Amino acid sequence: MTLQAGGLTLLRNGRALLQSVDVALRAGSLTVMLGPNGAGKSTLLHVLAGLELPEEGFIRLGGRPLTALPSIERARQLAVMTQDQPLDFPFGVEEVVLLGAYPLGLGRAEERAHCQGWLQRLELQHLSRRNYLSLSGGEQQRVQLARVLAQCGEQTTALLLDEPVSAMDLRHQHLCLQQLRALANAGAAVLVILHDLALTALYADEVLLLKKGRVLVQGPMRQAMTAPHLSALFDVRVEVSLQQGVPRFSSSLPNNAVPL
Amino acid sequence: MISSVCLSANRLGLLLWLLFLPVVLASLWVGPVSLSFDALLQPGSRDWLILFELRLPRLVMSLAAGAVLAITGASIQALFRNSLADPGLIGISAGAALAAVAVLVFGGAWLLGPFGPVLVPLAAFAGGVLVTVLVLRIARTPQGVSVTTMLLAGIALNSIAAAAIGIMKYFSDELSLRQVTFWLLGNLHSTDWSSALLLMAIGAPVVALLLREGQQLNLLLLGESQARLLGVVTSRLRGRLILLVALGVGTVVSLGGLIGFIGLVVPHLVRLLCGPDNRALLPLSALLGALLLTLADIMARLLVSPAELPIGIVTALIGGPFFLSMILYRQRGRT
Repeated sequence: MTLQAGGLTLLRNGRALLQSVDVALRAGSLTVMLGPNGAGKSTLLHVLAGLELPEEGFIRLGGRPLTALPSIERARQLAVMTQDQPLDFPFGVEEVVLLGAYPLGLGRAEERAHCQGWLQRLELQHLSRRNYLSLSGGEQQRVQLARVLAQCGEQTTALLLDEPVSAMDLRHQHLCLQQLRALANAGAAVLVILHDLALTALYADEVLLLKKGRVLVQGPMRQAMTAPHLSALFDVRVEVSLQQGVPRFSSSLPNNAVPL
Repeated sequence: MISSVCLSANRLGLLLWLLFLPVVLASLWVGPVSLSFDALLQPGSRDWLILFELRLPRLVMSLAAGAVLAITGASIQALFRNSLADPGLIGISAGAALAAVAVLVFGGAWLLGPFGPVLVPLAAFAGGVLVTVLVLRIARTPQGVSVTTMLLAGIALNSIAAAAIGIMKYFSDELSLRQVTFWLLGNLHSTDWSSALLLMAIGAPVVALLLREGQQLNLLLLGESQARLLGVVTSRLRGRLILLVALGVGTVVSLGGLIGFIGLVVPHLVRLLCGPDNRALLPLSALLGALLLTLADIMARLLVSPAELPIGIVTALIGGPFFLSMILYRQRGRT
C-alpha cells in the first residue's frame, strides 16, 4: 500500500468534517473520489497531503508516517494539485511549469527538457511563452496540472489531484486523465476528485464514495459504482447500463423531490 | 527561466552597471561647493574634506539605503504575494520610526551610553518586526493574504504611529522637535562615516541573505499551500523574511528617516522590464534602487541649491505620481 490512512477525523468549529475515514491507495491504481458538494472531498485531500492535521488518525506514505518526512522528501514522493491556485504574478507558462520541478533538484538543462516533455504531453507548447495571467481558466488549469506533473520524478509514488480537469474542454479532459492513467500504469498511486461519472467509469480502477465526511464505499470501480450506491451518494435516481462493456449512467431527480 | 526573459534581465543588469559609474561620479561631483581637481590631490584641503568626509559617506549611504529599500520591497511583495505591498504603505517604516522616535525622545542618558549608537536602529528594527507580524496576522486568511485588509491595516497602523509620534513631538523640547521633524522627512544630509558604515554593516548581509531566497520566493508566489507541497518550509521562510526586512528597513529608517516609494516603485519597474522571476528581480531591484536613490539625492541637492530638500520629499514627489499611474494602469487592465 503506497498511501494508507486510517481513522481520520477532522473537526472544525465543532463540526466533524471527516469522521473516521479510511483510505488506501495502491501502487499502480487510479482511484477516483466521488461525492456531493460539501462532503469533505477537498478536506480529505488536504489532510492526505499533510496541509491540515487531523484530530485523530494516521497517514503513512510508503510505510512511514507522513509527518515524519522532511518537507523536501515528501515533495519528491507526493505530488498534489489543490483547487485554489492563487498565482497573481505575470510568469510565463514555461516558468510556472519549471517551478514544479523544484523538488527534483535537476540541473538547468535537464530541468528544461523534463518540463518540455510535460508541456508537449498536455498540448501546451504553443502557449509556453505566453503570460500565465492572460490564459483562459481551462488553460491555466492545464498549466497548473503540468506544473504538478513536472514535480514527478523517479521517487514519486503518489499523486493527489482535486478536480484537475473541471475547467477543461472535453479533449483536454481526456488528454489529462490519460496522462494520469499512464502514471498509474507506471506504478504510481493516484487519487483524483472528479464529478463526471462517465470519465470516472473510463479511467478509474477504484472509486471512493464520500458522503457527509464518511466513506460510503471504497472498492473496485465496477463493484462500487452501482445504481444503489450512486443513488444513495448523490440523493438522485441513478440508473446504470452497460454499453459495449462500459457503464453508462443516467440520472434524474425522484418525482416530487423538489417543490416547484 | 525563459531564455528571452533571462537575456533581457542580463541586458538590464548590464545597462544598470553601465549607469553606475556616471551616477556615482555625479553624486561625488555635484553639490553647493564645486570641487577643483587640484585641491582633491591635497589631503586635508577643504575640497578633499568635502569629498571624503561629506560626499563619499553620503554616497555610500544613498547606495546602501536604496539597495536595501528596493530589495526589502521586492521581498515583502513576494511574502504578501502582492505587488502593491511596500514597507511604507503597510506601516513597517512607520512602526520603525515610532520606536526610533520614542528612543530619541525618551532615551536620555541611555543614548549617551556605550550602546547609544545602535540603540535607535535596534528600536527601529523591533518596531518594524512588530508591525510586519501584526499586518501579516491581520491580513492572512486561510485563502491567502487579503490585499484590502493588508492596505487597510497599513492605513490604521500608519495613522496610529503618526498620532503617537505627534504626541511625543508635542512633549519634546525645541531641539529634539526640530531633529525629529527633519529626520522624519527623510534625509541623508547629516550622514557621516559612522552611520554610513553602520548601514553597510547591517545592509550588506541583509541584501546578501535576501538574494539567496529568490527561488523560494518564486514558489511562494504560487500560493502558500503550493509552496509547502513543493517542499518549502513556509513558516521558516516567512520568519526569515520578516526578520531581514524589518532589520533592513529599521536600520535605514533609523539613519535616514522615512524615504518612501523606493520599495514599491523599483521592483515594479524591474518586473515590467523583465518579468516577475525573483532570482533576477531581487538583484536588479537592489541595483536600480541604489541608483535611483542616489539620483534622488543628487536632485535633493540641486533643486533648491544651495539649500537642499529632504530626500524623502523628492522620492515622494516622483514616487507618488508613479504609484497613481500604476493604480490607473491596473484599473484599465481590469475593464
